[in-house]
Amino acid sequence: MSKFRKKKKGVPAVNTAALPDIVFMLLFFFMVTTTMRETDLKIENPRLPSATEVKKLEHKSLVSTIYVGKAKDSKYGSSFNRIQLNDKIATADQVPAFIINARSKVSEAEVPFMTTSIKADKESSVGTITDIRLKLRDVNALKISYSASKTSSN
Amino acid sequence: MARRDTPEINAGSMADIAFLLLIFFLVTTTMNVDSGVSKKLSEKPPPDYVPPVIKEKNIFEVNINRNNELLVEGERMEVKDLKEAAIKFIDNGGGDGKVENGVATGPCDYCNGERSDKSSDHPNKAIISVQSDRLTEYGTYLTVQNELLRAYAELRNRLSLERYKIPFAELEEAYKDDRDNAALKKKVEDIKTSYPQIISDAEPTSN
Repeated sequence: MSKFRKKKKGVPAVNTAALPDIVFMLLFFFMVTTTMRETDLKIENPRLPSATEVKKLEHKSLVSTIYVGKAKDSKYGSSFNRIQLNDKIATADQVPAFIINARSKVSEAEVPFMTTSIKADKESSVGTITDIRLKLRDVNALKISYSASKTSSN
Repeated sequence: MARRDTPEINAGSMADIAFLLLIFFLVTTTMNVDSGVSKKLSEKPPPDYVPPVIKEKNIFEVNINRNNELLVEGERMEVKDLKEAAIKFIDNGGGDGKVENGVATGPCDYCNGERSDKSSDHPNKAIISVQSDRLTEYGTYLTVQNELLRAYAELRNRLSLERYKIPFAELEEAYKDDRDNAALKKKVEDIKTSYPQIISDAEPTSN
């Protein structure tokens, strides 16, 4: 037997040692970009009405969201007209303070582009929405978006 | 003496574990894009503001009562008929348009309406007024708003196809991608001023 045995011919195995590294990199990317909801809902998740003429809200940092719906805590009663600002149940009177607080977080040049998104339940009453709208007008927050899910036309 | 090596840990399944985690995060990541019906509120009027006198025929009155029923121009109507009625009103073009910066816009030459003298004069004079009750359901209110917006969208789309041979949605999309394009901007502005969205929310009735 010779010492120089002929090597077995065959396709050399692909080195997969770096595969976990690649996958981990992707994993970290997704872990970092995943944003958990920053406010926890004190009201039941609003059942959004559906509409066809919806527009996407761009620039998330310029959007402040007001939730309207039924409070999870039964001490607030079972009507669909509870307002949540940040993570507290509030009244319409507190809306201006909420907006001014949101404004202080962005630069002055961006203030006119700020949008208020109203996420209200289908069964909320228009009166509550009007109260909020009047308060928004008082502080000159004129761009609003009634949150709705998109349905195709007809 | 034989050296005892620590046996190598098999890292072959490491990739599997990482993939599993990766797929978990892929699935749970919600890129939730908020969408909604956008609206611009009117500014707060000064205390000594006197509202202008508007002719009855230029106002399209939509009432929603607390039972979520619709009253349009004094008649009961189903939501599905609202769009058609609104189009008919906006597109009537029965008279002269408003005078803007001293320039009269004259009669509406792109309107396809009946040109009845009982309905609106010109799209830029046609005001849609929505009045709802405090106890109206928000879902109904938004459906009504949506139908009215659809009416405007349809008219704008028609005009855009007529003038520029392109649906209005595509025209707007093209403008969004190319903000500096003056020609596109002019087209978009042209369509928008031809059919301006004038929807006013009246104070809701209570009790």
